[in-house]
Amino acid sequence: MKSSTLPSPAKTGGPALEVEGLCVDLRTPSGTVRAVDGVGFSVRKGRTLALLGESGCGKSMTALSIAGLLDPTAEVTGGSVKVAGTDVLRLGRAGRRKLAGPVLSIVFQDALTALNPVQPVGRQLAEPFRIHRGLSRRDAREKAVELMTRVGIPEPRLRARAYPHQFSGGMRQRLLIAMAVALDPDVLIADEPTTALDVTVQAQIMRLLRDLQTERDMALVLITHDLAVVAQRADDVVVMYAGNVVETGPVAEVFSRPRHPYTKGLLDSVPEHAVRGRPLPAVPGSPPELSAVPSGCVFQARCPLAGQRCAGERPPLLSVGAARSAACHFSEELDRV
Amino acid sequence: MTDPAADSADRSSGAAAAPPRTRPPRWWLLLGRDRAAAVAAVILAVVFLVALFGRLFIGDRAVRQDLRASLRPPSLDHGFYGLLGTDVLGRSVLARLVDAAGTTLSVAVPAVLCSLLIGSALGLWAGYHGGLRENVAMRVADVILSFPSLLIAVVVLYVFAPSAMNIVLILAIARVPVYLRTARAESAELRSRLFVDAARTFGTPSRNIIIRHILPIALPTLLTVATLDFCFVMLTESSLSFLGIGIQPPDVSWGLMVAQGRQYLQTAWWIAVLPGVAIVLTTVSATVLAAWVRLATDPAQRWRLTLPRKRRGDRAAVPSEMIA
Amino acid sequence: MSETPLTATAADPRADGSATPPPLLEVRGVTKSFGHGRRRLTALDGVDVRVERGETLGLVGESGCGKSTLARVVLGLERPDSGTVRFDGTDPFTLKGKELPAWRRRVQMVFQDPFASLNARMSAADLIGEPWRTHRDIVPTAPARERRVRELLSLVGLRESDAHRYPNEFSGGQRQRIGIARALALDPDLIVCDEPVSALDLSVQAQVLNVLSELRERLGVSYVFISHDLSVVRHVSDRVTVMYLGKVIEHGPTEDVFDRPLHPYTAALMSAAPTLDVSGRERDEEIQLRGEIPSPYDIPSGCRFRTRCWKSEARCAEVAPPVVVRDGTADTGQEPHEGLCHFPLGTGPMEA
Repeated sequence: MKSSTLPSPAKTGGPALEVEGLCVDLRTPSGTVRAVDGVGFSVRKGRTLALLGESGCGKSMTALSIAGLLDPTAEVTGGSVKVAGTDVLRLGRAGRRKLAGPVLSIVFQDALTALNPVQPVGRQLAEPFRIHRGLSRRDAREKAVELMTRVGIPEPRLRARAYPHQFSGGMRQRLLIAMAVALDPDVLIADEPTTALDVTVQAQIMRLLRDLQTERDMALVLITHDLAVVAQRADDVVVMYAGNVVETGPVAEVFSRPRHPYTKGLLDSVPEHAVRGRPLPAVPGSPPELSAVPSGCVFQARCPLAGQRCAGERPPLLSVGAARSAACHFSEELDRV
Repeated sequence: MTDPAADSADRSSGAAAAPPRTRPPRWWLLLGRDRAAAVAAVILAVVFLVALFGRLFIGDRAVRQDLRASLRPPSLDHGFYGLLGTDVLGRSVLARLVDAAGTTLSVAVPAVLCSLLIGSALGLWAGYHGGLRENVAMRVADVILSFPSLLIAVVVLYVFAPSAMNIVLILAIARVPVYLRTARAESAELRSRLFVDAARTFGTPSRNIIIRHILPIALPTLLTVATLDFCFVMLTESSLSFLGIGIQPPDVSWGLMVAQGRQYLQTAWWIAVLPGVAIVLTTVSATVLAAWVRLATDPAQRWRLTLPRKRRGDRAAVPSEMIA
Repeated sequence: MSETPLTATAADPRADGSATPPPLLEVRGVTKSFGHGRRRLTALDGVDVRVERGETLGLVGESGCGKSTLARVVLGLERPDSGTVRFDGTDPFTLKGKELPAWRRRVQMVFQDPFASLNARMSAADLIGEPWRTHRDIVPTAPARERRVRELLSLVGLRESDAHRYPNEFSGGQRQRIGIARALALDPDLIVCDEPVSALDLSVQAQVLNVLSELRERLGVSYVFISHDLSVVRHVSDRVTVMYLGKVIEHGPTEDVFDRPLHPYTAALMSAAPTLDVSGRERDEEIQLRGEIPSPYDIPSGCRFRTRCWKSEARCAEVAPPVVVRDGTADTGQEPHEGLCHFPLGTGPMEA
């Protein structure tokens, strides 16, 4: 299916997506701030990695810089993003365009604004086939209908002529996913794909994503703030806070035995585990503004373990077990709190 | 929250988020930071001062004829009043500009204010309540708009005496729909905002909701429309004057000066161009200042004014509604 | 199992005890539709809801189930087409003159979006004090108002110096605290919370939930807590009402509804909500509903859930489902646990 000029991770054997030391600077009213500070992770084909964090932690910024879709006010100032072995940050516009779709694609949160409101969805779905595969109008249309069938849109041939606003939120999200997987990408980035949806629809969409991933052997990067979604759907997790990675590792291990006080705080504050009628163990305060990220540990202001050392020295991301790492001076003592 | 540590942490991070600011910065300090807006404010102030007090200084120079001094170009040789040249009757263009400033503004300002007040009040009310009230108001606006405003003006001023008062009235009525439509659109949009719903849950009467929540947000847009309309009104007034049913000589307005100077454009450009420049400077200043007011009155946008000019994302301040 | 209609509160043992005061809020058989003819949207269809003093009622349902319309009816922003709303025994829609504002102050609301519900041009003090500009008698003098604003700020965990800051200078959680303080300004008996934490980050969400439950203990307010997040509802509510397409399909004590749902929809909701339990990953017993909520313009006949239900049979399309009651077994009290289904779950032989 894939044109031969494109690099394929199947040949190189490495991870489908490898991000190292990614830094993104953002121009704001109060000067330039670092929105993403040395973020690194890698995903293999067929695996799901979750980027977990609260709003403003830099997770979406990371995704956008991987996809080359950053706002003009933001700028990648360091690091590398290797997709199938090639550093996409070094590529020009044309090189990027070649990657977008067949190798790397992205599903956005807001399905209504991500679709063109004045074009029938069938034509929008056919577009990638016409651009990248050079298919005829008729063939591309066939492909589009096929895709709509695959993502579970009833009566696809009829619905291909409808406009985005004629679909429900869940159906629109299915369309977006169809568009993203149209060209069989190696890496699929899903930026909060179910946040705007109802629980039962959310479950359907997550299942669809998982099925497509298995079927097409994609590497999935799931960007979310929802701990439960991570727990259910991801293999590995990268926890971000104030632009920094604070903990990484396999989901099962990270969630059952967190090694960073922030991860632990998040997990504890989920009402699911709490006793009714008792206050929830909340993480005090709120995340720092990017312009006021402290020089030491980024989490020190809200951390129950914070000490002298945390104010002066930013803890590096160190290995805390097989395939796990955490950025905390006291990650060993966390269990005793 | 019960946990004191939690509380203090919340405070410290809150303090880091934004410097504790008890009051918004003084408006003249903000104005000083924005050079374009400051210049515009100064120009407008000068124009208004001249319009108010200029006639005290020029005496009869605006009408005093001197055929020997006919069509003198702007130069430094003929004293202060010869600075901008003379017209075909040898009258000082500078003196006439000063005189005309008073007339022009005394027509344009009341006309714009009247239509702004009436149109906005009706529009906000109609947009907030919707339904029948909205329909009636909008149909009235459509009726007024469906007549070319210049045509009504011509008919009315032909039937009645072409006095300044009548010109103001007719211009005011003709421009009401512009504000009415803009205000209605803004109001209908704001009506469904959550904070308006919130106010309704306190039982706030609709009049107070309009004044407290809708007007302050719609006002900058309406003011922007008004400044642009100011330009339109001045030009309409000049067209009427040109047709001989506007400002009557010996009174003079900028529009009339442009109209009278047109025939000398090839030989004596200054007669028409200088009043034109006056119109442009005034309206551009008003527009710039309106854009600034729009930013300065919005707490979420105010910080932009503290940035260097080129960084600021210039937001188009004119809604499509006003191009009526 | 009994066949009494859901509207009858005969199952309520206190209904015949005349000494007990009426519930704080009682909504009975409320129907509300918008538009007419073919474009008629039935947002609420014979809805019954009851809130006792000092109690939190969780209201669960997906978008379009009518929970926001119900909130607006309770707040008096929409007038029901039929049915009654009784607040402390009186129907607010019959109130006139001075009684109406007096009632208004007893029910307040906390909105979902802390960004849109605060007018960005007003300072925190103006926002919190806004209700007093209509209800002038509550805090009559300016110094008293200032004092009360400070009290309210500290009550919701903000600094007194925050009074003069504007919404854009606050984080989402802090804004929501302002929204809560504003709702408290009129000393209400009932606060309707419409998804109060769903726009907030997780770590902040817990703080705001704690503020709400602390206020309940200190001030004795009741809440109607609308949320799509089941774990949040389970944590805060005493009783839960589940809505689907404008109808209450199940209600009962929180533990009963969550642990032993009667209605298949409730069970599906619980199953669809992802949990933190890492060991339960990729559950294959997960109930996957077919399709999405039908259009409220075209509600299915009989049981309105039948188009997505895995247990539906011919009967479901023909006959409106009966009320099923499962009572007495909960240790949380004698509150009945009722559902609206032909084939309720966990009721023995009827189960497929």
